[in-house]
Amino acid sequence: MDVVAKVKEIIVEELGVDENEVTMEASFIEDLGADSLDTVELIMKFEEEFDIDIDDEEAEKLTTVGKAIEYLKTKLAE
Amino acid sequence: MKDLQNKQVIITGAARGIGLAIAGKFGLAGAAVHIIDLQEDAVKNAELQLQSQGYKVKGHIADVTNSDQIETIFKNIAEEYQNIDILINNAGITRDGLVMKMKESDWDAVINVNLKGTFICTQKVCRYMLRQKQGVIINIASVIGIMGNAGQSNYAASKGGIIAFTKSVAKEFASRNIRVNAVAPGFIETEMTRILPQEIIEKYAQAIPLKRMGSAQDVADACLFLASDYSAYITGQTIHVDGGLIM
Repeated sequence: MDVVAKVKEIIVEELGVDENEVTMEASFIEDLGADSLDTVELIMKFEEEFDIDIDDEEAEKLTTVGKAIEYLKTKLAE
Repeated sequence: MKDLQNKQVIITGAARGIGLAIAGKFGLAGAAVHIIDLQEDAVKNAELQLQSQGYKVKGHIADVTNSDQIETIFKNIAEEYQNIDILINNAGITRDGLVMKMKESDWDAVINVNLKGTFICTQKVCRYMLRQKQGVIINIASVIGIMGNAGQSNYAASKGGIIAFTKSVAKEFASRNIRVNAVAPGFIETEMTRILPQEIIEKYAQAIPLKRMGSAQDVADACLFLASDYSAYITGQTIHVDGGLIM
């Protein structure tokens, strides 16, 4: 599974943003216009799509696209 | 009024009293009704009673203060029926007593079931409603939560808490098309009030502008309204079903 492509696809769909905007550095809240509920929903979606549990403490650190991808890659490799 | 065809509704504390009346009303409106209550016998009876009237009903046994039990039941319902459209937090208890004499255990029990139970069920259901980008949550409060009542400080605090909780959750979820409202019943004829002497009931009724006790059906009607699209522009509100007792 291509984690990067999948994560980007989820972000595009959940936040209704253009694919070009979803760069590694992009912050969900500052650059992609997510509100705090959006970020909770994104995490929920990641959990469902990748069939994993992300605890709240970890979830709070996933503020950018890159951080989320990095975390998910590590998590899925476990 | 078959407005709720194919809607999945979960009603807590629905084996008896007001909850059972709400379940019947929603069954009549065409919804698939999921009853949650504590006692197996009571749940079974309610299920059979409603099924015999031709309604789609399923009973589940759980304690609303047990988040694991609630999570499992909601998950099963969502998997089996694809969605959860409406949650009615109705489960409630009383442990009356004057503040001076109230046991801490009676305070805790009422706050746990009435207020924390409402929180737990709301938290566990919102995952599904967020995914669907629609949903309705109705919390059963009480006029006691607004005007207070001697001997019911724990109950009043729990019901007042439910009203404030309702407003907060309504604000959190409004952008996702999830409406959250409360219903505050006044003096309603139930098994609890039926044991009161007739003169006491008449005295209560005289204080009510509409000059009668309410029925469980009156409460169920308000819930049906709040669950339907007729209230599409209403959220964060508390509707009093009390014959005008509080204005």
